[in-house]
Amino acid sequence: MISFERVSFWYRDRTDPVLTDVSLEIGEGEFVLLTGRTGAGKSTLLGAVNGLVPHFTGGHLEGEVTVAGVTTRSRPPREFAHLVGVVGQDPLAGFVTDVVEEELAYGMEQLGLPPQVMRRRVEESLDLLGIADLRRRALRTLSGGQQQRVAIGAVLTMHPQVLVLDEPTSALDPTAAEDVLATLARLVQDLGTTVFMAEHRMERVIPFVDRMVYLPGDGTAVDGAPPEVLKDMPITPPIVRLGRLAGWDPLPMSVRDARRLAAPLRAALPDPPQPAPVAAGKPALTSAGVVVRYGPTVAVRGVDLDLHPGTVTAVMGRNGSGKSSLLWAVQGSGPRQGGTVTVGGVDPQKVSSAQARRIVGLVPQTASDLLYLETVADECTAADDESGNPRGACRDLLDWLAPGIPAEVHPRDLSEGQRLALVLAVQLSATPRIMLLDEPTRGLDYTAKEALARTVAVLAREGHAVVVATHDVEFVATAADRVIVMAEGEIVSDGPAVEVLGGSPAFAPQVAKIIGPRWLTVEAVEAAR
Amino acid sequence: MRRRAYTTYFLPRDLHPAAWWVWALGLAAAASRTTNPWLLLTILAVAWYVVIARRSDAPWAMAFRMYLYLGGFIIAMRVLFRLVFGGAEGATIVLRLPEIPLPEWAAGIRLFGAVSAESLLGGLYDGLRLATMLICLGAANALANPKRLLKAMPPALYEIGTAVIVALSVFPQLAESVLRVRQARKLRGGLARGRFKALHAIVIPVLEDALDRSLRLAASMDSRGYGRAGRVEARARALTGLLMIAGLLGVCVGVYATLDGSTPRYLATPVLAGGLAVALVGFRLAGRRVHRTRYRPDRWHLAEVAAAGSGVAVAAVMFATSSVDPTNLNPSLINLSAPLLSWPPLAGVLLGVLPALITPPPAAEAVPA
Repeated sequence: MISFERVSFWYRDRTDPVLTDVSLEIGEGEFVLLTGRTGAGKSTLLGAVNGLVPHFTGGHLEGEVTVAGVTTRSRPPREFAHLVGVVGQDPLAGFVTDVVEEELAYGMEQLGLPPQVMRRRVEESLDLLGIADLRRRALRTLSGGQQQRVAIGAVLTMHPQVLVLDEPTSALDPTAAEDVLATLARLVQDLGTTVFMAEHRMERVIPFVDRMVYLPGDGTAVDGAPPEVLKDMPITPPIVRLGRLAGWDPLPMSVRDARRLAAPLRAALPDPPQPAPVAAGKPALTSAGVVVRYGPTVAVRGVDLDLHPGTVTAVMGRNGSGKSSLLWAVQGSGPRQGGTVTVGGVDPQKVSSAQARRIVGLVPQTASDLLYLETVADECTAADDESGNPRGACRDLLDWLAPGIPAEVHPRDLSEGQRLALVLAVQLSATPRIMLLDEPTRGLDYTAKEALARTVAVLAREGHAVVVATHDVEFVATAADRVIVMAEGEIVSDGPAVEVLGGSPAFAPQVAKIIGPRWLTVEAVEAAR
Repeated sequence: MRRRAYTTYFLPRDLHPAAWWVWALGLAAAASRTTNPWLLLTILAVAWYVVIARRSDAPWAMAFRMYLYLGGFIIAMRVLFRLVFGGAEGATIVLRLPEIPLPEWAAGIRLFGAVSAESLLGGLYDGLRLATMLICLGAANALANPKRLLKAMPPALYEIGTAVIVALSVFPQLAESVLRVRQARKLRGGLARGRFKALHAIVIPVLEDALDRSLRLAASMDSRGYGRAGRVEARARALTGLLMIAGLLGVCVGVYATLDGSTPRYLATPVLAGGLAVALVGFRLAGRRVHRTRYRPDRWHLAEVAAAGSGVAVAAVMFATSSVDPTNLNPSLINLSAPLLSWPPLAGVLLGVLPALITPPPAAEAVPA
């Protein structure tokens, strides 16, 4: 269906190619997963399928990409609309109209399909994706998972033979992501659509896929069945690392497979170590009865939260459960209609924002909002001035967090992980004792997430109280001591990570599902053996 | 057959937006012909009643209140101006304010001084008329989805319609990202010193965001087939362009000649009509090469005819009475008396309330999950 024939690609003004001599053959009805580190060329490879690369992005492409026998050299991407459906990371950015039903019809209008056909296909897609009750809703008012399903529906109505998805679940909470993935699996099974998808959090996708393509980052591509490709891949989901540790062969791809193999391992393990009690000593931050509301909607409903130095707290919960509002209210910059927050006798909302950031630091969800200068060096100097530090303090922090970022680079050209490190350095330069991170794992690959987990651990060891709001269960399993789950603006569970994660089917990490509720990470298993 | 037409007629659906606009413009045109406060208030009541009866619960429908406030503001300003800049025309002085003497170069302008009932009343009537016309337009805006109106444009203008729709959805996004970035700036200790720097700190991230979004939107539109049917032979394109330009030129000359009595007559109506015809041919040609279809376009049914017709009828009755009995339409400001109301214009205005009764109610929004 899709074939890459000795494809190499250079972006303009770059000497080293992103892809070198890549040859791939994807058959009809296959579900293929594309993985690789950030910047390894995943988006480039996906964009080449319908000719957005190089027709839209510019650059130089050698070799031949063909879809259903049509080469991308011959026509622009719009002439591929009936063959290839493309779904991006941020569905909202790709919507042209503003109502679900019209968005589903947009592509067909461009193709010039007769009205009766459009009407029928819209109804079919609404049912296929389970969004029939949303048909008249405004797109902006939908949740992330619903938006992503609409985006998939909007390309499906054109009946493409190939579906290309670039990290469709990266902004979704676990349940919404499951919804989207289940939809995709059904499309492959029922309609025989060829699906080519890039995804960071492989653990959720691997059970469904037929094949994997891995981009190591040197321009080449490794192609094969998931167990083979995963065997030598440096970035792997926990299930594979556990499999390697236990020496299982072939590597299990799903929790079910792994559980069947795990009996001997489970028997060989001693009783898990008792988790260290969290929340010892005097809290660094106390808050009581925090209320945040936006008009009639209550985002945070009277939450009591104490943060202790030396502890990493993870805040979890579905999108819209009040995680961000709580963090912003505690930091003092966001709205807070009721309750108290005290850090060493001071309410961060009552002092100036320059003082507040010396008490509580916050890295927002879109970390790049904090950056506005042209080079990394300028940002660091500005941060030193803002915090009243001697010049160079921020740069030292940055070098400690992520060594080797050139000073003259524009912050936009950094990778997600590097940009997060820069923002974290900027915020840490004010030396707050409490550090809040809102969805820092979004868009990070496994390596960057590991680096973040290490950073968070060091900050906690130095006596910081760290809070991380995230959807990423595996990250929480490695990094957090304490887990808070929020729903509808209230805290529904709060306790040591082992208890909260292990006991919940929705939040349990893969290792807990395979071995038992008291084991969260591969590292813990390794240490106990 | 007839029975079936009757049962489906009142099923809830959204009317064609143009029908509401015709209705509202009819009311506004009627309002422009009169300063009689009774008539104007009746027109207001009619517009208000129809809006309440036939609007949906969409955000633009809720903006009607804003138009009412704006109307009230216009009336207040009109009256206030008469107070401030003197309104002594007329015999009945109701208020004597101390006049502020102005230097000689400001001759002709008066500040305060005596205020007459006649001039206050004139301000009130005038303001009421303007406010009524504005509120009629507000009613159209509340009843018709502005974006659907754009969708109903002829195919030749499709690209412009898309551009406007995209631009309209950009504004809320821009506002959102300005808010987000402003909040984020607080996290870095508030705004940088100096106005320019502060602006820089907000404008740069917001623009970056907007640029990113538009690139992603463009990529998405491209891969979904936007502009797919745009391939036309150069000669055909040149021909339509030539027809359009020639036609528009003709229209311009014709309009000028019609309005200016001193130009030769053969330049007026014939050139105007000819220009219009040529432009329409160009329009049709441009529309014909667009191979695009529309999903569930708004259709023009009997209910649309009824709604538009009632607006036209209101305007027609008002124009007719203004040639028969003009005094009651513009109550005298020389001899103060309570304005009189005669039956024909009142009955005419009341025709405007028909859409509230004889059009189908709007389709209900799906209940948010």
